[in-house]
Formats: sequence, structure tokens, C-alpha cells
Amino acid sequence: MKRHLHPIGIALLSVVTLLYSSCRKDIVQTNMQYPALAPSNTDINADSWKTVLVTNPTVFTVAAPPATNSPAYVADLNEIKGYQRNLTSDQQALIKYWSAGSVLRWNEIMRDLVAKHNIPPYQNLDGTYPAPSSANPFAYPQFPFSNPPYAARAYAYVSAAEYDALVTAYHFKKQYNRAAPYTVDTGVHALIPKSALPSYPSEDAVVEGAAVEMMKLLFPTEIAYIEQQAANERLYRMAAGANTRNELDAGESLGKQVADVFAARARTDKAGAAIGTSTYWSQLATQTIAKGETAWVSLESPKRPPMLPLFNKVIPFLFDTATVVQLRPGPPHSTGSPEFAADQKEVMYYSQHATRENEAIVAFWADGVATYTPAGHWNAIAANEFVKQNYSEVRWARNFALLNMAEMDAAIICWDTKYAYFNPRPSQINDQVKTLTGIPNFPSYSSGHSNFSAAAATVLTYLLPDRGTKFTDMAQQAALSRLYGAIHTRQDIEVGTQTGAAVGQYAVQFGKSDGAGIGQ
Amino acid sequence: MKSLHAHLYRCIVIIVCTLASFHASAQMENDGIMIPKNYLCPGIMYGNSNWSNYWEGTYKRNNGNIGTVNTDMYSLMVTYGIANNLIATVSLPYVTTHTSAGTLHDQSGLQDLALNVKWKGVRLQEGSSKFAVFASITASIPVSNYQADYLPLAIGSHSKDLTGRLVVDYNYGKYFFTGSGAYMDRGNIAIDRNTYYTTELIYSNQVELPAMSDYNFRTGYRSKYLIVEGVADISTSLGGFDIRKNDMPFPSNRMNMSTVGGNLRFRPKALYALEFTAGDDYTVAGRNVGQANMIRGGLSYIFGLKTKKVQDNYYKN
Repeated sequence: MKRHLHPIGIALLSVVTLLYSSCRKDIVQTNMQYPALAPSNTDINADSWKTVLVTNPTVFTVAAPPATNSPAYVADLNEIKGYQRNLTSDQQALIKYWSAGSVLRWNEIMRDLVAKHNIPPYQNLDGTYPAPSSANPFAYPQFPFSNPPYAARAYAYVSAAEYDALVTAYHFKKQYNRAAPYTVDTGVHALIPKSALPSYPSEDAVVEGAAVEMMKLLFPTEIAYIEQQAANERLYRMAAGANTRNELDAGESLGKQVADVFAARARTDKAGAAIGTSTYWSQLATQTIAKGETAWVSLESPKRPPMLPLFNKVIPFLFDTATVVQLRPGPPHSTGSPEFAADQKEVMYYSQHATRENEAIVAFWADGVATYTPAGHWNAIAANEFVKQNYSEVRWARNFALLNMAEMDAAIICWDTKYAYFNPRPSQINDQVKTLTGIPNFPSYSSGHSNFSAAAATVLTYLLPDRGTKFTDMAQQAALSRLYGAIHTRQDIEVGTQTGAAVGQYAVQFGKSDGAGIGQ
Repeated sequence: MKSLHAHLYRCIVIIVCTLASFHASAQMENDGIMIPKNYLCPGIMYGNSNWSNYWEGTYKRNNGNIGTVNTDMYSLMVTYGIANNLIATVSLPYVTTHTSAGTLHDQSGLQDLALNVKWKGVRLQEGSSKFAVFASITASIPVSNYQADYLPLAIGSHSKDLTGRLVVDYNYGKYFFTGSGAYMDRGNIAIDRNTYYTTELIYSNQVELPAMSDYNFRTGYRSKYLIVEGVADISTSLGGFDIRKNDMPFPSNRMNMSTVGGNLRFRPKALYALEFTAGDDYTVAGRNVGQANMIRGGLSYIFGLKTKKVQDNYYKN
């Protein structure tokens, strides 16, 4: 029964084993590589920057901090020292994670929640669709369905609330001028880069308080998760020696107070009615057909009502509602025109010539179901750039506020256009137009990706002029991805790019007049 | 003992269809048959899988936006007898996918090149009973840059896979039972996005795929000219996550499937080197996969490189 492996067999086995020995690797996430935030400028005069909603910081309550020789303050320092004597590996991981920046991490948490809740509801047995309800958020489908307009608005509210809260905090920081714990007591170690910025109220906690309060409204099923993140961040600030508990309490309270102003606006900004009614959905088709045009029809099975047809009524941040109508572009090519047919033919060409390179571009920018949406993608792009800039927290917040107000208002303009013209998708005109990604359930003209991307690129190019055409090039690719994917016509993306850029300019004007400049 | 070596041969591809994709692997890795030293067996195989119901997690549904998902596979394969107890098989499938409804674009392309090396380690015989143990390793590697993150129409997972399998084969007269267990490790894949959601948002284009286990049982009649067998297969992801309600599928989903089916294999007396195969498998249970029915048919031809002699029984164990 002597048996032995043949030499060729041994060689084959060796080759196979070698080939695979280095195959499986731990995944390195880009956002876990960010260094600790070390602002090159504290932006100490940010208390004078123009805010979005807040007009007067003194209407908010921030009690004077306890004296540094008071028992309360000493107890707070002892709490920090207690953490620092026995830092666990979990606490060290929290410090590594959160020290990258409060605005940054809360923006990421938002993106995560948007992706998690960005799933269209499953149909009822009778072929109708249930709608999420903010009054009953845990019932299926859970509230919200964070589709692109919802997400753009959510990013905007959280970012703007954080920004106003931080500007307000700077007023109190200068008023109370309390040094950081590691400056007051040499027994407290600074486990993150030291800052000369007064530490009462804590800027991290201001951001956390504002973000938590806004997200309770925007993602009501996630409150337990959000509060856990907040607790982690507060623990990080103390364990890192950066804030006392009292500084965190004051910051969180201020953040919540400012967020209440934004939450009150959000409750009455008409987003709650954006879903429309079945009467309105029918009316959209009727009025389009009356104009002699082919009306949009859902390509889903069963047919799904159009996504948020009354999102155009949502009150914008950067301009008034009259401007929404002014910014609306002219009509698309008539569905019976030769121009329309030519555009349609080009879409068909890309559908039939789906190169691997085009597939990759389409997939990269698709930002569809279970993603952070196009607005979230531009937040991620912005974050990757901002981490290189060593911004202060307040500048992080201001730049995200500019970006996300532009994204939300671009969504309003884009949705206004879509439902003003109720224009069909290429695949509706010809069912042989096959798409390289899922087809969105709303009218074609103009392209949402083009609006979001052009608006974002306009803001980012203003904020980071040394990047040249980087952002406009990316936006152009994002827009074209919808043509390559056979989702949109060239006219959809060209007009969408124009309106998106126009909205972006409003944010740039805000930025040029808010006193912050483009910073260091 | 050399005369007792199995000079048996098999050259057929099993098609494992997940919600995602076909995955081709040489079926010879999970049966009890070999080919003789210095014999070569080229073959072709066609397979089709289709499903309209699928499991979203554990929830079974259909989907009007895809209708029926159809996958066709055309595979070339060659088996070579390195020694009488050692064979190697190379296979390469071309795969096309298509939906009957909705707007999603079809996919097609060359899929993964697979190499299987199978070693017959133990053989015992007493009277009419024969018992053998085999060990095999299969490595597969994508040969084209196809899109893995395009489920349910991706033609494969685009991963480098390595599978180890242990097979036991028991023969009593013309009746047999073969059982095997396998472990498949799958390499990370790179997708075209730099962020994706599993149970959280991951900021990387790299996706970790769960390893898989597979148990395969087959029993039936095996003579010189004919094999008729029933097959049951249980394939399980050792990790991964469920598709959430109405979400899109993703390559690192927990994909499990149990199938039952059968194969018919036949060699004509007049041209004994030629083999016809036909088979069918039906998915009886699954998770994050389509409830596929998979049919296949194939043709192969065996010949000696150093001798023209046709062996007297290629199905002998």
C-alpha cells in the first residue's frame, strides 16, 4: 500500500498554495486613518461669523463655569486623572477615533444612518406601497426612507445647526476664557494635540449636542445608537484630558439649545408633506399629457408613486421660495422633437456599448439604495480634503454647512424641475434601453446627480482653490456617469450641472460674506 | 496493488448557482472516480440556471423588477492523469446573465479559471465492497475584469478561492455512496465603489467575503456504461450578512443553499471513450440566494497520450 505524491502533483499543490497564501487581508478603512485634529488656527474670532438662523448668542443660557479652585472643578479634574491612570484599550481606541474631529465624526455617523435607512419600502400585498411615518417611526417601513432629497436636507440641518452652535459657543468661550484642563493642572495629560482655544463650553460637546438633538428628529429609531456615540465622545474628551465633565455639560446644553431653533424650522419647512397625495400624483401626469408631452411613468413593478414630488415646496436655506421658481430651467426637449430623439439615441448607444470602464464609473457614482446618497458622497469627498487642512472645528462646521445647504437647496431646485416637467426616463421611451445601475423612481429632467455634484463642486472649489479643477472634474464625471449608465440624457445632465452650479454660487456668496474667508 | 488502482474517470462540471452567480468547479472533486496516468480528457459543458423566487435573508419573495434571472454557462475543461492516483483538471467557463423584467443590463464574460488536483489516498477492498478516500484542492482565479458588485446579475464573485475537500466513496457491487465535505476560503475582492454598507458603512473598496463550507452526498448505480445518481448538496456561508427587506444583494451576503438533484452519465459501447452527461439540481432551501433550478449537459472524450488503448472500464472504482 505504499503511496506517494507524484512530483508534478507536489509542484501543482505548491503553486496553488503560494498563489493564495497572501490573498486574505484585513480591510483598511480610509476614515480610520485620519490623524488627530490639530487646528493650525483656532479662528478665535469666529464669534463674529455670520450664522444661518441664530441672530443673538445671548438668548442662550450658558452659566459661568466653576472657579478652577472650586471643589466642583477639582472633582472634575480628579475624574480625568482617574481615567488617565487606567486607560483601557477601548478608551484608547475611542481617543484615536474621536480625536480626528467632532464635526467630521458626526458627519460620518450621519452618512452611516443615511445609508442604513436608504431603502425603498417593500410593496403591500395589493401592489400599493406603505409610507414611513414620523409619528410611528418603528413601524414598517421605518422612518425615514432617507432617499437623496431627504438625506440632503438632513445633512444640511445637522451641519448648519452645528455651525451656528459653534459660533455661539465662541461667544461664551471668549466671555469665560477658561483654559483647557491640561493647562490648568499639569497633572492632567493632553493625549491629543493641545489647543489654545478656551475650553468652556467644550466645542466637541457643542457639536455633539447639536448633532444629537437634530438627529433625534431626523432618525428617531436611532436615538439609542446616537446617544451611545455621544457618550463615547464625552468619555473621549475627558480621558484625553481635553475637557472636564462640566465643560462637556455646558457645551452639550448649548448645542441642544441651538439645535432646537433648527428643529423648530425643520418641523415646519414643508418636508413632511413632500410625499404628496395620490390626487397630486395623477395631476402631474394629466397636466403633462395636456401639454402634448409624454408623462413620466414609474418603471418599477408594481408601479411606485414618484419620490417626494412636493420637495420643491421645502423652504431653502440659501434663498427664498420665489427664487426656487426663478432658478427653474426651461423645459426639456419635447418628447416628440428630433432633439429628444437624438438624445435618446445617444443614451441607447451607451446602453449598447457598456465598457468595463463605464461600468466602473457608473458604479462609483451610483450612490443608490443603501448608500449615503450623492450628497453623502460629496460629504465624504469633502471630509477627505478637509482632514488635510487642519481646520478648527468651527471652520469644519462652517464648510460643511455651506456644502450641505447647497446640496439641500440643489435638491429643492432639481425636484422642482423634475415635477414641473414630469419628463420620462430613456428606458420608458424605449424598453430596450438597459441601465447599468438601478433606475431611480422619479422623472428624468434634470439629473439629480448633476445638480448635487455641480453644487458641491462649486462650493468646494471656492473653499479649496488650490485644488484647481479637481472637484469640477469629479462632478463632470459624476454627471456623465448617468449618461454612461443609460439613466439620463445629455440634456438632463447639462442642464442639471448648470442649475447645480447656480445653487452652489449662493453658498459661495454666503461664504464670501460670513466673515470666515477660506481660512488656512 | 497497482492493478487495484482505480482507472476511473470523470469530467463534468457542477454548477453552483447563488443569487449572485454561477460558480463553476470541477465536479470530479466531489466524486469517487479517477482517470489513468497519461490519459487526457477534454470536455465541454453547458449549464443553465433560472430562478424567479429568492430569499431576502430568510424571507422568500419574487421581484417584478427582475422577473426571472437566467444564467447560461459554457465551460471548457481538461483532465489529465498525472499518476494513477493523482489527476488534475482545469476548467474555464463563459457566463451570461439576463433578467426577464426591469431595466438592468445583462452581463457576460469569461469567469474564473479553476485548477483541481485530486489525490486518491486510501483504497480498501473486501469481497464486493470497496472503500476509497480522496483529498483534493481547487484553486480558482478570475480571468476577466468582470463586475462582482452587480448582483443579482454579476457573473461571479471575482474572488480568488481555495477549496480543500475530503471525499469518501463506498461501492457495493454496482451500488455506491459518495460523501464529501469541503472548506472554501475566499480572498478579498475589490469593487468599483470606495464605500459600501454591510451592517455599517465601510470606507474601502475591499470587501471581505465569508468562507464557505459544502457537504455533498451522492448515491446510485454505477456500471461500466452508466451512472445514475441522486445528489444532495448543502452549501453554507461561514459569515456574511442578510439582505435587508427590499435592499440590494451584495457579494458578502450570507449565501446558503441546499439542493437536491441527479445525474445521468452514459458511455456508448461503440465509442466507449465518449461520455454524455446530463443533470439537474433544484434548490430546496436557501438564504440570500435565488431558488434556482439548474440543468446541465456535457460531452467529453478520453484518450491515452502514450497508448491508444481504451480502458475496459472508466467508471470502475
